[in-house]
Amino acid sequence: MTMDTDQDTAVIGANDDDHGEYHPDTAFQPRANKIGLWLFIFSECFLFAAFLSARYFTTGTEIPEEVNQGLALLLTVVLLVSSISAYLAETSIRYNHRRNFKIFTIATIVFGLIFLVGVVIELSAATLHYPPGTPYGTSYFMLIGLHGFHVLTGVIGLTIVLFLGNKGHYGASDYWPVEGVVKYWHFVDLAWVVIYPTLYLF
Amino acid sequence: MKYVARGAVLAFFGYVIGIWLTVAIRGGSPTDEVAVVFGFILALLGWLGGIGGFEAFGRQWIGKTPVVSTSPGWRRYFEFSIDHKVIGVQYGVTLISVFLIGGLGAMLLRIELASVGQGILDLDDFNKVLSMHGILMVAVAVAGILGAFGNYIIPIQIGAADMAFPRLNALAYWLIPPVAVALLGAPFLGAFNAGWTAYAPLSVTNDSGQILFNLAIITFGLSSILGGINVIVTVITMRAPGMTWGRLPIFTWAGFSASLLSFCVTQFFAGALVLVTMDRVAGTSFFSPDVGRGLLYEHIFWFYSHPAVYIMVLPGFGVILELVPTFARKPLFAYKAAVVSLLSIVGLSVVVWAHHMFTSGMADFLHGPFMILTEAISIPTGIIFLAMIGTLWQGRLWFRTPLILAFGWLFNFLIGGITGIFLADVATDIHLHDTYYVVAHFHYTIVGGSIFALLAAVFYWFPKITGRMYNERLGKTFAIWVTVAFNFTFIPLFWVGINGMNRRVGDYPEAFEGPNRFASISALILGASFLLFIGNLVYSAVRGPKAGPNPWNSRTIEWHVSSPPPQHNFTSQPRVVGHPYDYGVEGSLHVVFDGNGNGSGHSESEGDSA
Ligand code: HEM
Ligand SMILES: [Cu+2]
Repeated sequence: MTMDTDQDTAVIGANDDDHGEYHPDTAFQPRANKIGLWLFIFSECFLFAAFLSARYFTTGTEIPEEVNQGLALLLTVVLLVSSISAYLAETSIRYNHRRNFKIFTIATIVFGLIFLVGVVIELSAATLHYPPGTPYGTSYFMLIGLHGFHVLTGVIGLTIVLFLGNKGHYGASDYWPVEGVVKYWHFVDLAWVVIYPTLYLF
Repeated sequence: MKYVARGAVLAFFGYVIGIWLTVAIRGGSPTDEVAVVFGFILALLGWLGGIGGFEAFGRQWIGKTPVVSTSPGWRRYFEFSIDHKVIGVQYGVTLISVFLIGGLGAMLLRIELASVGQGILDLDDFNKVLSMHGILMVAVAVAGILGAFGNYIIPIQIGAADMAFPRLNALAYWLIPPVAVALLGAPFLGAFNAGWTAYAPLSVTNDSGQILFNLAIITFGLSSILGGINVIVTVITMRAPGMTWGRLPIFTWAGFSASLLSFCVTQFFAGALVLVTMDRVAGTSFFSPDVGRGLLYEHIFWFYSHPAVYIMVLPGFGVILELVPTFARKPLFAYKAAVVSLLSIVGLSVVVWAHHMFTSGMADFLHGPFMILTEAISIPTGIIFLAMIGTLWQGRLWFRTPLILAFGWLFNFLIGGITGIFLADVATDIHLHDTYYVVAHFHYTIVGGSIFALLAAVFYWFPKITGRMYNERLGKTFAIWVTVAFNFTFIPLFWVGINGMNRRVGDYPEAFEGPNRFASISALILGASFLLFIGNLVYSAVRGPKAGPNPWNSRTIEWHVSSPPPQHNFTSQPRVVGHPYDYGVEGSLHVVFDGNGNGSGHSESEGDSA
């Protein structure tokens, strides 16, 4: 970024030649991105851990009989399948199969949206049987809400990479944003794998 | 300024739209807490977008090239600059301002406590001022050293051009002003009176100002998490050639360790406050007596807030360990042991949280383990002390302001640590809990351990950052003044605490009036010392004599570039060839720069004559 001109914006990552012999090394960036994302995911685990322990602390493993086991199981399957399609989307862009990338990303988004619709159905049923003020409802709304928010941000992220991929961004050698979003998506699914038994099974 | 204005306007509209939408959809009044929550979220997004987040991030999401502003001169401090040095200064100036505001709060509290009965504050107002003072100061202690000097110094110390994620760094800083605005704006909604700890269920049932506290601290937590990740990744991936882990400067080690804590445990404070917020606005009942329990809040809160005291103090350890070798002109004693101690404190500090809860009614069998584990932390802490004292021992002490403050630090933190042992001991804690003894203990540790280090760091790195020297005589006067006044203020509080004076009450029995009045007068003198501090620094930043690149004859890399350092920190690639603290070791070198031969590094044979 130039310092001595009167222009007052700069393009990020642009190369400029006014530091004499010194060119900051940028080779670290891919590794930094990866580590940064893993740290972020690790940090998120703590948030989920806090909420999960609140559930066990307040209500132990109590589960009311009105919970809709069938729908919950269905949504779990949808989410697990979406992890596979997300993985395929990432692999496709790595081999520059743009059509497959598009198909699998759209599929993942659709699975995510189905999940969210299911969550809305469940929550509206829940307000009748175990509203937020009840012991189970308190943890239920909190955990479903937290997880639903993560699914939503994941869907938004997938939509952005789909949109950019359509415009010709990414290729076999630079697909980090896709990889990042997909890793995040796997994390969101994994979180559900812990939340699902906590709220529905035991 | 145009970006700040744009951010402020968008934040205002965001707030109004958020409130308006909520009222339109669900009815109710615009001061309902749900409305405030949505207003705050939209205001925050508006602010971040307006200040430059849209250009830096948003453009990328719609397929355009992201840009950032790079105005020259002072204007860059008021925009979304991604230069870590600009961001460091932004953090420093912002947090020192917050520190002064929090200090004014403390003055009010001490004036009220100068005599028995109610004076300028009634009992509820006392608790509100107390809560505001507490949370502002905790924010300064958590983010002060790490935000200002972690950002400014760590990249240069490891020979990097910037942080690993410069845009994220800017984002982490620009999350702070909304935090300050929300906290300071809380009195318009009735303020918050639940203390900096915000214990539930009081924090669920008190005035609506609490909701702004919650939102502000959740935002602040996000900033800490992003900042922590950035520091960790920077240190792992961006070290210059030759900068092995065994040669990493100790301040960088300390910032790294504190970041290891802050990037993960902070989620617990944010999480606890999300739960409180949900109890308030969404009708859940985590903390109502019939479903959840207040004890749940305490567990989640302290799982963050005990490690948080080490987030405050580890960078302080780093600062003192960094400047002691410089001013004693000796190698750092027991460098490796100090590093191991820093890391073992990181590990231990997440398993001791319940020592804050010995009287809270948790299961009895937990008392023993938490007592032992807490006392175990004294071991690594003691080793770090030993490293400092071993370095000073028989050194050629060069009494400049930073060293005097370091001595103040050693004295204060020693008292803080020793008094902590009595709190960790269950039998004595049952008597001491919730008294002024605890207040005195944590002021000795936090002010003594973190704020004193922050002050020392300000003086130590001031010539590097501004390029000018502060006034040494005024600096020394300040250092002695602040140390003495601080001790006069807090020593009497141990005594009244042991004798049973409760904390968080704006009144006390007749018998404690003498010591309290003494503490209040000392506190005002302590407060006044900061006029000298600010005056000295502001005047010297503009008029001080030029400092040159290395006024302290230090060996770490930041002292081998110009003051202030150039854009991207270096003019040629630094290479690390030796240990940073080999002061007085004949012919030893820490860093050389490509292309200039070995002469530009700081070799001991010429440099040690200081
Ligand atoms: C050897 C080291 C230390 C030990 C053994 C220790 C022990 C304790 C214990 C047991 C308590 C709870 C007292 C009670 O509430 O009854 C306490 C309170 C506290 N300590 Fe320490 N401590 C140590 C160091 C520190 C450090 C380094 C800091 C900060 C930098 C710190 C900050 C605090 C704070 C803020 C509180 C009170 C929180 C509140 O209730 O508002 N302590 N300490
Ligand atoms: Cu503690």
